[in-house]
Amino acid sequence: MKQTLEFILNGKPARLNVDPQRKLLWVLREDLGLTGSKYGCGEGLCGACTVVVGRKAARSCLLTMQDVAGQHVRTIEGLESKGKLHPLQRAFVEHDALQCGYCTPGMIMNAYGLLLETPRPTRRQIIEGMEGNLCRCAAHQRIVAAIRTAARRMQGGER
Amino acid sequence: MKNRTPLTLEEEILARDFSDNQAEPPFLPLDRRDFLKLLGGGIVISVAVPNMWAQREGGPRRGQPLPTDFNAFLRIGEDGRVTGYTGKIEMGQGIITSLAQMLAEELDVAYDRVHMVMGDTDLCPWDMGTFGSMTTRFFGPPFLRAAAEAKAVLVELAAEKLDVPKEKLKTKDGVVYESSGPKKITYGELAQGKKILRHIEGAPLETPAEFTLIGKPELRRDSIEKVTGRARFAGDIRVPGKLYARILRPPAHGAKLVSVDLEEAKKVEGVQVVHEGDLVAVLHEHPDVAEEALGRVKAQFDKPEPYADDKTIFDHLLKVAPPGEKVAAGGDLAEGEKAAQFIAEETYLNSYVAHAPMEPHTALAKMEGGKLTLWASTQTPFPLKEQAASLLGIAPQNVHVIAPFVGGGFGGKSANGQALEAVRLAKLTGKPVQVAWTRAEEFFYDTFRPAAIVKIKAGAAAEGLMSLWDYGVYFAGDRGAQTFYDVPNHRTTAYGGGWTAPPGAHPFATGPWRAPSNNTNTFARESHMDVLAVKAGMDPVEFRLKNLKDARMRRVLQAVAEKFDWKPAKAPSGRGYGVACGTDVDSVVAHMAEVEVNKSTGEVRVKRLVCAQEMGLCINPEGARLQIEGCLMMGLGYALTEEVHFTGGDIHDKNFDSYQLPRFSWLPEIETVILDAKDSPPHGGGEPAVICMGGVIANAIFDATGARVLQLPMTPERVKAALARV
Repeated sequence: MKQTLEFILNGKPARLNVDPQRKLLWVLREDLGLTGSKYGCGEGLCGACTVVVGRKAARSCLLTMQDVAGQHVRTIEGLESKGKLHPLQRAFVEHDALQCGYCTPGMIMNAYGLLLETPRPTRRQIIEGMEGNLCRCAAHQRIVAAIRTAARRMQGGER
Repeated sequence: MKNRTPLTLEEEILARDFSDNQAEPPFLPLDRRDFLKLLGGGIVISVAVPNMWAQREGGPRRGQPLPTDFNAFLRIGEDGRVTGYTGKIEMGQGIITSLAQMLAEELDVAYDRVHMVMGDTDLCPWDMGTFGSMTTRFFGPPFLRAAAEAKAVLVELAAEKLDVPKEKLKTKDGVVYESSGPKKITYGELAQGKKILRHIEGAPLETPAEFTLIGKPELRRDSIEKVTGRARFAGDIRVPGKLYARILRPPAHGAKLVSVDLEEAKKVEGVQVVHEGDLVAVLHEHPDVAEEALGRVKAQFDKPEPYADDKTIFDHLLKVAPPGEKVAAGGDLAEGEKAAQFIAEETYLNSYVAHAPMEPHTALAKMEGGKLTLWASTQTPFPLKEQAASLLGIAPQNVHVIAPFVGGGFGGKSANGQALEAVRLAKLTGKPVQVAWTRAEEFFYDTFRPAAIVKIKAGAAAEGLMSLWDYGVYFAGDRGAQTFYDVPNHRTTAYGGGWTAPPGAHPFATGPWRAPSNNTNTFARESHMDVLAVKAGMDPVEFRLKNLKDARMRRVLQAVAEKFDWKPAKAPSGRGYGVACGTDVDSVVAHMAEVEVNKSTGEVRVKRLVCAQEMGLCINPEGARLQIEGCLMMGLGYALTEEVHFTGGDIHDKNFDSYQLPRFSWLPEIETVILDAKDSPPHGGGEPAVICMGGVIANAIFDATGARVLQLPMTPERVKAALARV
C-alpha cells in the first residue's frame, strides 16, 4: 500500500507517495532519477549503493523507505556545494583513485560517513571503515590516499 | 592557451569538464556515410589500415567480412574543438585519457581541446571489441596517422590563406604560425566553412624525440563525471515507458523447464508477464516490483546429474582432454633427461575464477519504427549490433548500439547475453526494456576463467643450467605457455585449447579473463622455476638469470630486484620473499613479494609487492601505474581466495559473501617501476602485471615456510595441507 512519506534528501524536503516497503536504492534511481547510487549486489555486501542517513553511511539496497522516513539522506548528487566539488571528490580526482568508476559514488559516500564519525582517522581506521566496499578494478591504494588527503584538508577547514 | 597564467594542479583539474563519451541525443541510426555528410562544417580525416586486425592474434573469426572503409577518424570543428572517434569502449582501463593524449600530441593541439566519442556504432568506426590490450597497440597507429594527416591538411589550408609557403609554417597549441614572421591562424578559423573529407593510407608521424604530451603523466579525464555520479552507465539511461525485466532462471546449467505457473505473478499490479519458449519474464516499471513478481512464479525444472564438482573437475578434465597440439619444441627430450643432474615433476592446478565486475551485465533496448537502439554494458558494441540485427531479422544499419561507460569488464563482457535478452523482450512487449542481471545471475552466467591443469617435467645439469623442459597445459590455452628461459631440449603442448573447450568439458560457460591463459601458465612455470632453483641449491633470481638470455626480461628482473632490495638466498630463507617473471601482449614484467604465513591457520598476508614493467612506449605513465596497481591487487584474489564453488551446473556462489574479492584490509605496500623504452612501439598495459600474481605469492609462501602450494587459489586449507607435507 502506498503512503505519503517525508524525508530530507540532499538538504531539501522531499515528499513521496510510495510503498514504504520499497528499497531506497530503487526509489532514488527510478522515482527520483538520482542514478549516482549503484546496484552491485543487492545484499549490502559491496557498498556500491552507499548513501549517508543522518550521520552514518548506510546501504540503500537494504533500507526501506519506511526506514528513512523523517531522516536526512545524502547521496553522491548532494555532495557538491554551490557547484564546488567536496574535498573527498577533489581528492579522488587528484589521486586518480578510480578506474571504471562504478563503485566510486559508494566509496565516496562511505568515506563521507566515515569522516563524519571519525574526522581524524588513522590509516588503520580508514581501512577498517572502508572494508565493506568492494572495488574490482582494485584502486584501493589510491582510495586510501585520497581519503587521507581529504581528511587533512577538511581538518584545515575545507568544505 | 600559450599565455595563460599557470594554474595550480587543482585549478587545472577543476577547470576541466571534458564531458567525454556523453554524446547527447538525438541518437539517429545513421549510415556512417550519412553521418559524415551530416557533420556539416569542419575537417574530417579517416584512415584505413587494410587487414590490420586479421593479421593479429585474436582477430575476427573466419567467415566474417572485415570492414575495409576506415578504422579511425577524427574531426576538427569550426570552433577548433577536436573530436576523436573510436569504436573502443572505456571500462576503467583509461584509454579515454591516453587516446586523447595521442591525438593532442600528433595534432599539436591543447590536450583539453580534445574530446573523445567512444563505443557508439553510429558515430564511430567499426571495431571488433575492446580486449587483448589492443587499443594502444593496434588502434593507436591509425589514430595517430589520422592526426598527422589532419595536421598536414591544416598546414596546406594555412599556406593558402596566409600566403606563406608551407615549409615556413609551424603548428602549436591549435595554431598554424609563420616560423619567422607574424602571420598565424587557428585550426578553428581554418575549419570554418570547410567541409573537407580526406581519406588516407599513411602520413609521417612525430618521432619520440618530438613528443611533449605522450609520456607525460595525465590524470584520468573521466573522473569528474565519475566522482559526482554523473557518469552514465547502461543502467543509468532513462527513457519514458521503460520496463524492467526479471527473467526466470534455471537452478543449474543444463536444467530444463518442466512446468511453470504464472498466475500469482500476474496478480501483481502493473506487471507484464512474458512466456515464449524457454523465456519466462516478468516486467514492471520498478525493478524491485518485478523482482517481487518473479518470486511468485512457480516453476519446476529437471536437473541433469552432475558429472563433476569443484574437487573432481581436474580428474574429469584430464579424462576428456583432446589430443595435444604442439606450441613449441626444440632439441631432444631424451638428451635433456640424460644431461640432467636432477629432474623435478609437478602438476599445477587452478580453479574457475569469476570476472565479477562491480557493474553487472546491463542493457536497455528500445524499438521504434523498425529500428533498434541498444544501450549496453559491453566490450563488443559492433559485434552486438550484428547479433541484435540477426536476432530481430533486420538490417544491421537499423541497429544502433551505444556502450556508455562500462563498469568493469576484464574479458567478461563480450558475449552480450543480457543485451540480446533485452532485445527479445523489447520486441515481445513493444516497450523499452532494461535487463540488468542481479549479482546471482552475474555469477551464474559469467564466462569463467577455466579450471586448468599444467604438468611439467624439467631438469638441470651442472651449475644450474637447465637441460630439459617438458610442459603440458590442459584447458587454459597457450598464451604465455612457451617458456622464455633458455632450455636446449624443450617441448610445450596445449591440450584442449583456450576457453573454447569441447562440449562436456566444463559444466558451464568459460571465457577470456584478463590475460587469458597466461595467469595459469605463468603460475605453473614460475612455481616450477623455483622448484628447480631449490634443487640446484641456488637463489631463485640467480637461477633465472643463469637460464635467461632475453635482454628485456633480464632488465625487468634486475630492475625489480633493485627496487625490492633483493639479497640472494636459497629458499626457504624464512624471509617470505618471492619472485616471478612473465610476458604478455608484448610487454615484460617481473614481480617480487613479501608475505607472512600464519602456520597454524594457513592464512597468508601479503605485506609488500613490487612490479617492474617494460611496455615499449608508455603513452600515459600515470594511467599505466594505475593499471599495474590494479593488476597486482586484483591478482591477489585469484592467488588467495577466488574460486567458483559448484556441483555440476549448479553454481553455489551467488554473491560476495562466499566469493571473496580482495578488500582494503589486504592492501600491501605497492611499488611500480615502468622502464623507459620509448623507441619501441607501445605494447599492452592493462593485462601483463596480473599474470605473475599466482607464481610470486606461491614462491613467497615457499620461502616463508618450505611449503609448496600447487593449486590456486592458495586458501588457508591448501596452505595448511602443503605445510603438512613439509
